[in-house]
Amino acid sequence: MSELDLSPLLHRLESYHSQGRTALLPALHDAQQLYGYIPKPAAEAIAQALNVPLAEVFGVIEFYSLFYSQPVGKTVIHICNDPACALAGSETLFKQIRFHQEASPADSPQSALTIEMAPCLGLCEHAPAALVQGQPIARADRQTWQDLVSGKGERPSSVLGGTVSILTANCGLGHTVELSEYLDLGGYQALRKALRTPPRQIIEEIKAAGLVGRGGAAFPTGLKWEAAADAPSEVKYVVCNADEAEPGTFKDRVLMEDDPHSILEGMLIAGYAIGAQKGYIYIRGEYWFPYQAMKNAVEEAREAGFLGSNILDTEFNFEIEIRRGAGAYICGEETALFESIEGKRGFPRLKPPFPTTQGLFGKPTVINNVETLANVPVIIRKGASHYRKLGTEKSPGSKLFCLSGDVVRPGLYEVPFGIPFHHLLFDLAGGVRPGHHFQAALFGGAAGAFATTDHLNVRLTFEDLKEAGLPLGSGVITVFDETRDLRDICLRLARFFAEESCGKCYPCQMGTQRQFEIMERIVRGEIHKEDWERLQDVGWTMTDSSLCGLGQTAASAILSAMKHFPHLFQTV
Amino acid sequence: MSDTIRITIDQTTVQAAAGSTILQAAREAGISIPTICYHDHCTANGLCRICVVEVEGARTLQPACVVQIRDGMVIHTRSERVIRSRRTIFELLASTVDLSESPEIQAMIHEYHADVYRYPDAETRLPAVIDDNPMYIRDYAKCILCWRCVQVCAEDAQYTYAINFSGRGYETQISTFYEIPMPESTCVFCGQCVGVCPTGALKPKRQWLLEMGYTPDEIMNLTRSQRQRRKRREEISANPS
Ligand SMILES: Cc1cc2nc3c(=O)[nH]c(=O)nc-3n(C[C@H](O)[C@H](O)[C@H](O)COP(=O)(O)O)c2cc1C
Ligand code: SF4
Ligand code: SF4
Ligand code: FES
Ligand code: FES
Repeated sequence: MSELDLSPLLHRLESYHSQGRTALLPALHDAQQLYGYIPKPAAEAIAQALNVPLAEVFGVIEFYSLFYSQPVGKTVIHICNDPACALAGSETLFKQIRFHQEASPADSPQSALTIEMAPCLGLCEHAPAALVQGQPIARADRQTWQDLVSGKGERPSSVLGGTVSILTANCGLGHTVELSEYLDLGGYQALRKALRTPPRQIIEEIKAAGLVGRGGAAFPTGLKWEAAADAPSEVKYVVCNADEAEPGTFKDRVLMEDDPHSILEGMLIAGYAIGAQKGYIYIRGEYWFPYQAMKNAVEEAREAGFLGSNILDTEFNFEIEIRRGAGAYICGEETALFESIEGKRGFPRLKPPFPTTQGLFGKPTVINNVETLANVPVIIRKGASHYRKLGTEKSPGSKLFCLSGDVVRPGLYEVPFGIPFHHLLFDLAGGVRPGHHFQAALFGGAAGAFATTDHLNVRLTFEDLKEAGLPLGSGVITVFDETRDLRDICLRLARFFAEESCGKCYPCQMGTQRQFEIMERIVRGEIHKEDWERLQDVGWTMTDSSLCGLGQTAASAILSAMKHFPHLFQTV
Repeated sequence: MSDTIRITIDQTTVQAAAGSTILQAAREAGISIPTICYHDHCTANGLCRICVVEVEGARTLQPACVVQIRDGMVIHTRSERVIRSRRTIFELLASTVDLSESPEIQAMIHEYHADVYRYPDAETRLPAVIDDNPMYIRDYAKCILCWRCVQVCAEDAQYTYAINFSGRGYETQISTFYEIPMPESTCVFCGQCVGVCPTGALKPKRQWLLEMGYTPDEIMNLTRSQRQRRKRREEISANPS
């Protein structure tokens, strides 16, 4: 190997030195940016600077799919392989690029490409989507391949719809709302109001509003805050979960890119309410523009005195740090996310203890989804009773739905809780693509379940969906028309979980792989009569016995497909 | 302070020490629950899930080795759900790993009527044996990822941190830094990892060679050069000039 110049890395490591292990992912990102991958001497330098054992540094590099321990091409291209993009022809696109690459002379720039299939990139309304050197490309099938490999192409914009704009009030303007504009639009009024209110009263207001977490688990936000506020500790944290990697989800991307300050404002109010002094925003590694938007917003807020000490001339101090993930769906799971911020492999922890008592760095922590936090200023500004004017008793407020797949107008829809599914699909999103009709929709993403024509009248609320056996999850609805083979969709979901299982517990580590192998054979048309029982046993064992939510939902969609479309899994 | 609480295990109400795990309480009551990854001297991580039991009111099955009992807890250690999970986990393991030197796991597989040929498509893990030092070999085709070796090498005993993981999910394997040979790592050849390995994945080199039919004399010759290399390396690090 030619001599590696470590000096730029060593220079950057100086600023991380005092942080220790928690700077591991940032340092690895730096190394990869400098060298294209993480050469062994760079890993050694990082280990030494941050005082982390060598083997553990390697363990971390190996855990995250965006980190490479071996050299890769000068340009790395990721093509999404998950349902929405597959319906839009991502597999053909992948093959075309491969074909062009193989046909290129060995010394041409094209031969220095690394092309990988990727899990959902959070660009599902722009399918088929790609990342070129980390930069998102919308409708990658419309680019010439030369443009594509040189990173030219359409930058994804926000596509908004729906019947209300509360959370999305500042979205879709074609640019990121910066601080001055945010202030003109009434921004940080809620923070001003909050800082004049006792913290407990803020928590009561959030409870009264009935806000429920939007990250998938549907936990009441007020109760979570209260538990963290009650936990005895000088040091507490607020974490914004912006890992958004559930296939089909892209709502947090739009909120962060278009209206980053509303999320900061929500975090600040949360921090004040529970008595925290520090917040972290954990953004998935694939989200370059959201990262830039949040980073700029944090800098603006700091300059204007919304972050730092004595915020708005009060006793309240709060700082925010941003962390980037590096390609691991499991890091959206709250405890795995903490491990990742702490500079470790993203293994979920056993619960209890729960985050509100022992979360990040072992301290009481409130972790909320981006959309949950965006609701907070809305509630505080206008009050809980005003907030409750929309939605139902048990599902108050509005909800963002991510529609993609075989739908006329894929995009982000904000609607009040309680409208029927058919209204969203047919009246607002234009229905199923022309000439076709509805077969099924995947609710809740890979970890979700299939809705059929029987479900078109279901009202979109937590309670109605629960009764119908459909998870609301993070608000994903991926639509499939009658031409689609749902077994192919199930195979993609099975592959997703096999790729993303962290490997910690046995049922999921091996069950996701067996489920994938069986689905692969079924899609090849070789169905065994024993497959039904095999899939059921693997599926229920993962559901019942896995350590974390990933394994517990890894069979959810397939089991629901088996229930609604049994013939697809049976021999003729 | 009330030291004991009442719980019900398999229809029998028993007193158990507060703060104990379901596994401990069950053992006290004479009820056996199978375990694989659990080890008295290692941090319990709840990895294998063979010890799962049904706790009334809980959505999922609970790993008995880490979940603490609560007053009034009603536990079923052999319900249909429990048996299905355990049998399936055994079948998954048998289709993934070479269990030929894990008699305890084999006995449990038998007890649970698990079918080791249940998954005909299974891609078994077949990495080559790593023979890179004079003390022990690493045959990760037999590794069940119980993490014990990693833990005793780190905070559970030795604080040497020679090994961790490569890959993730199904592709996970125990590994040194960039897969360097053991003698180049921080390993001090204390042998603790070999001692806790339950499957023969880590094995003393001498035993391995004997099993392959080498005589003790041949083994001496085979390992001499490796031992000398190691000795030189130690001398160098003792007098770095
Ligand atoms: C495998 C897995 C992935 C998850 N990914 C995310 C995610 O990307 N974003 C998110 O907000 N929550 C995610 N969650 C849920 C979080 O664990 C946690 O419940 C959530 O961040 C809490 O925020 P909320 O109460 O505001 O919903 C995930 C959970 C699991 C099990
Ligand atoms: S369920 Fe899957 S992702 Fe969760 S801990 Fe187990 S192996 Fe890891
Ligand atoms: S090598 Fe042995 S001790 Fe280490 S994880 Fe594998 S089975 Fe467990
Ligand atoms: S970006 Fe392809 S499915 Fe989401
Ligand atoms: S023995 Fe309890 S999880 Fe392994």
